[in-house]
Amino acid sequence: MGKLKMTAQVVSQECLATDVYSLVLKADEIANQAVAGQFVSVYSKDGSKLLPRPISLCGIDKEAGTIRLVYRVVGFGTTEFSKLIAGDSVDILGPLGNGFDKLDKKAILIGGGIGIPPMLQLAKELNCEKKVVLGYRDEIFLNEEFEPYGDVYLSSEDGMHGVKGNVIDAIKEYGIEGDVIYACGPTPMLRGIKAYAADNGIICQISMEEKMACGVGACLACVCKTKDVDEHSQVHNRRICADGPVFYAEEVEL
Amino acid sequence: MNMSVNIAGVELKNPITVASGTFGSGMEYSEFIDLNRLGAVTTKGVANIPWPGNPTPRIAETYGGMMNAIGLQNPGIDVFKKRDIPFLKEFDTKIIVNVCGKSTYDYVDCVEKLGDCDVDLLEINVSCPNVKEGGIAFGQNPKALFDITKEIKAVAKQPVIMKLSPNVTDITEMARAAEAAGADAVSLINTLTGMKIDINRRTFAVANKTAGVSGPAIHPIAVRMVYQVANAIKLPIIGMGGVATYEDALEMIMVGASAVAVGTANFNNPYATIEILDGIEAFMKKNGIEDINELIGCVK
Repeated sequence: MGKLKMTAQVVSQECLATDVYSLVLKADEIANQAVAGQFVSVYSKDGSKLLPRPISLCGIDKEAGTIRLVYRVVGFGTTEFSKLIAGDSVDILGPLGNGFDKLDKKAILIGGGIGIPPMLQLAKELNCEKKVVLGYRDEIFLNEEFEPYGDVYLSSEDGMHGVKGNVIDAIKEYGIEGDVIYACGPTPMLRGIKAYAADNGIICQISMEEKMACGVGACLACVCKTKDVDEHSQVHNRRICADGPVFYAEEVEL
Repeated sequence: MNMSVNIAGVELKNPITVASGTFGSGMEYSEFIDLNRLGAVTTKGVANIPWPGNPTPRIAETYGGMMNAIGLQNPGIDVFKKRDIPFLKEFDTKIIVNVCGKSTYDYVDCVEKLGDCDVDLLEINVSCPNVKEGGIAFGQNPKALFDITKEIKAVAKQPVIMKLSPNVTDITEMARAAEAAGADAVSLINTLTGMKIDINRRTFAVANKTAGVSGPAIHPIAVRMVYQVANAIKLPIIGMGGVATYEDALEMIMVGASAVAVGTANFNNPYATIEILDGIEAFMKKNGIEDINELIGCVK
């Protein structure tokens, strides 16, 4: 099989919080192969917008042949996607990137903001003891859906939900321990988590993002800095779309 | 129906290739399309040593296109020879290797190192707007272009295509300089230098500040320039710039391009090259055209 571009049917769409939407798409060929941590690129119907928008997979239902995308409206493309309703169609490319490296170790799943969605599919796929730490600016979403899979801890910048502060504050406050961290969120959060994991000797995998064009590793737009010379690029760059988006934190410079 | 075209003595089974930098060395897109169907694969620019490229963000979307300042990140010619050329040799398609450099020495060194390689054509990138030194400096001055072309021709074992920049007052002057220096073909256009501001961050959308604009928005400019160059020189032309449909490709061919490269369209549709090729064939069948060469330069 492999990656493909296809027209997917919209099964449902709902608004989870201000500007945060959950879109379920019927896409058998992609759902069948996809794993937690991968993403799809979603195309606008407007011919003046050429580049697809990379969006992580929040859910994969192989039986139903559906994928679920939870995304934030930030611009033209995502505004258009937020208006899709059941029965509409949308072009997508996927599954793209590599998933998390699922280790059989006590896990801490950390999601920040719109980095939370991919952690939900990971929570479903991991067969081990896990704790989930979710960081929000203010409004919360998806947190209840994590509850069947492990203990859920929250942090919010305004202190309205869980610990006032960020995900590291929550980890310290609740004394959360684990052998491996899986994280997705804004770069400053990932930077903090990388340092925390290094200080505490915890294995750490992070999912990164960058502006993308091709999504398949050809154009070299979405590179990140790496500690060592990468075999593909022969320089200190790796492709987030094709070599990531998940990396071991010690491999990349943030 | 004959689809084959000739570029400097090299026969391409059809006129469709890809624009350098949009297709890697074909590996990534071979998951989507059969590379055997392409007339040629044009590889991402390679230099004599690895280049790290520019900081991110390296791209931004623009109306009807995009802009990029990748900065010619490449693994260097040694790894390219060991990895990318053997990969492409597995396919029945011609190989056009795009060469970049910062100095005359860089270009000559890389071209010399390609001398023992079984590749079909060399495309010399003297038109990249995104590297600080060299690159476009050779492509914006007819004398400099003449000189670098001469130097490269003196050592090249394969026919040489000079890739021209649209960021000049008169592109025919540059085309004439390449022809006079002995180039075997020209390709045009590279991207147009642009700038975009991220109003929320109050800074440049692309870290390099300026970036090369590509995509359908620039297509009419590219068609005009191919037409001008076709009327100014006798060398074969590979036309490119915003080609996204078979109609776009036929426009290029009709104003004088012997082959057409598909670039940014690959990002929008990984099957674009094949759909364009099928579209051209269907157009020819419908209009009773036996040979694609009848269409090359038919619009004077």
